[in-house]
Amino acid sequence: MTEQIDKALEREYEAGFVSDVESETFEPGLNEDIIRRISTMKGEPEWMLEARLKAFNTWLEMEEPDWALVDYAKIDFQAISYYSAPKSMKDKPKSLDEVDPELLRTYEKLGIPLVEQQMLAGVAVDAVFDSVSVVTTFREKLEEAGVIFCPISEAVHAYPELVKQYLGSVVPTKDNYYAALNAAVFTDGSFVYIPKGTRCPMELSTYFRINEQNTGQFERTLIVADEGSYVSYLEGCTAPQRDENQLHAAVVELVALDDAEIKYSTVQNWYPGDENGKGGIYNFVTKRGICHTNAKISWTQVETGSAVTWKYPSCILKGDNSIGEFYSVALTRGAQQADTGTKMIHLGKNTRSTIISKGISAGRSNNSYRGLVRMNSCADGARNFTQCDSLLIGDQCGAHTFPYVESRNPSAIVEHEATTSKVSDEQMFLCQQRGLDPEKAVSMIVNGFCKEVFKELPMEFAVEAGKLLEISLEGSVG
Amino acid sequence: MSNKEALLTIADLHASVEEKNILQGLDLEIKPGEVHAIMGPNGAGKSTMGYVLSGRDGYEVQKGTAVLDGVDILELEPEERAHAGLFLAFQYPVEIPGVSNLEFLKAAVDAQRNARGEEAISASDFLKEAKAACKQVNLPVSFLKRGVNEGFSGGEKKRNEIMQMLLLKPKLCILDETDSGLDIDALQVVAEGVNSQRAPDRSFVVVTHYQRLLDYIKPDFVHVLADGKIVKSGDASLALELEAQGYSWLQSSKEDVNA
Repeated sequence: MTEQIDKALEREYEAGFVSDVESETFEPGLNEDIIRRISTMKGEPEWMLEARLKAFNTWLEMEEPDWALVDYAKIDFQAISYYSAPKSMKDKPKSLDEVDPELLRTYEKLGIPLVEQQMLAGVAVDAVFDSVSVVTTFREKLEEAGVIFCPISEAVHAYPELVKQYLGSVVPTKDNYYAALNAAVFTDGSFVYIPKGTRCPMELSTYFRINEQNTGQFERTLIVADEGSYVSYLEGCTAPQRDENQLHAAVVELVALDDAEIKYSTVQNWYPGDENGKGGIYNFVTKRGICHTNAKISWTQVETGSAVTWKYPSCILKGDNSIGEFYSVALTRGAQQADTGTKMIHLGKNTRSTIISKGISAGRSNNSYRGLVRMNSCADGARNFTQCDSLLIGDQCGAHTFPYVESRNPSAIVEHEATTSKVSDEQMFLCQQRGLDPEKAVSMIVNGFCKEVFKELPMEFAVEAGKLLEISLEGSVG
Repeated sequence: MSNKEALLTIADLHASVEEKNILQGLDLEIKPGEVHAIMGPNGAGKSTMGYVLSGRDGYEVQKGTAVLDGVDILELEPEERAHAGLFLAFQYPVEIPGVSNLEFLKAAVDAQRNARGEEAISASDFLKEAKAACKQVNLPVSFLKRGVNEGFSGGEKKRNEIMQMLLLKPKLCILDETDSGLDIDALQVVAEGVNSQRAPDRSFVVVTHYQRLLDYIKPDFVHVLADGKIVKSGDASLALELEAQGYSWLQSSKEDVNA
């Protein structure tokens, strides 16, 4: 098997190209002046700048966390550039015709055509390139339904009340080291507001692309689903293949008011670095949602990329009868490291949460599930079900499970199941005996292993996720 | 039949597992359309023969050849042997959770068609064939949607193997103790599945411990495999003889030969 795994490492990262776009990029470094300049570039109101500076001072006093089971060279925050935007975006193109064709080509190459006629009819896209949003499609159509879908930099101007009310309400600045950093230097991301009783007429999606060298991407996403509304939101990400590590420290906040439902899906395919762990994205992300009464938040993630992943999409089940779900597939290979999972904080009565985590490790990678289920004293009748399955390919990788369970309410029920299995020789042989080559066999077995999670993805994404796994596993057996 | 070219010719095959010699000079010739039963005591190398021919990892060939349709398959990858028309029905079929039977079988059929330079079968045509195959082996159509062998009973797994054979239409089918663990009804279903596939251009190697299966699948030849080689061959009546007398008389006669 070892030899076969080695071959896996030769695979190509298809999104690894660099776009030839002239960019305006800040010199590396992080200080108050840089933050003021970011704020100026975005033309922000004074309150936003103040919030950034406050966050920066908070961050300065915090320590980088080291509890995750990941190992990486200390990040030099002064060596990173905190702002980069294509020059052509300076004049704020009014329509697609004014957008630099090279940018449009980039997204087309990634399989995300931004010309509305060519797009999947049911999906609106916000395309974020380094530090700015390039274009947001189908905005008029969404506006008819009262849905707001725009870059967050724009929302700061256009909907200051909503932003002020909700930004930082789920992930406060001092929540953690990277959240504080993000609050200080975030550049762009998406803002979504779904009005009361509205079912968002199409899937919303943001596609994040890091292009420029030595830059970090610090995006901020805020989704507010007002009472009784529903939205399904998809997030995709890629970056060029570079020898240096790049930092991606995002914050995503979801607010589901009474009876609202948010479905948030991610297909993360950041550049994972080469087989020796050189280069690749450090993906240090804080994602959290709050559920009010009868509300539901469902996180689905397919994580195939990044050199180091540190990510725990979580739900605070504040309202009675609210529901939190977390479905995750995390695939690591080569020298990748992932420490990912979720937190389900049960505050309300009869709150329910489901956690299905599928970790797949190949090569010399390390894949950890870390999850917290907390039943607070007032969470009468709350229930959680957790299932963590690990699949090992080869004999040099690691799978780890760190479940934390805290129950302070005797009527709460917490269930935890965990399995570890290997792609067995018998399974491989059965597939080959029936005529499948080993690559197809592995990808089929792995896809089967992930089925419970894939069925939670919106259809277009499920297909994409399946293909992505197939590409990721290309050559993983010889 | 005798003047036909052989479909499979095994000559002086020696093979080992974990450095233990199992096959020690196996010779066997199978012509198109023939059914050969392989019987023999435990540990004689019956299952090993199937695994060596189909190319399972860990089974080392020391010497000898196995020529299927003019090609020495011992040099080929397992999937290439499958493409060449070799099918092994497993004694203990393994589960592949989450991969539906239908998805698995279509991928297998398409892989084999692709190897022959044919186009993939359309989903609707395949579904029709698969449903018919299900019916033939008496499995509910819902089994197509279930994970491969996932939660199947022993008998269902064996019938599922036969269903795969029906859809893949191999030239040479090796049934490795497909009758073990089957009740009489399931045994009949399996046998009918095999009999329905008997054709002038398709051959079977039926590995079994019991004469019972051969009441339903009539073999043209019966061979006794002991200590890694064929020690006696005969027609269907040999199986009855073995049923009555066991294998010990053969082993002693072999010693006579050696002496």
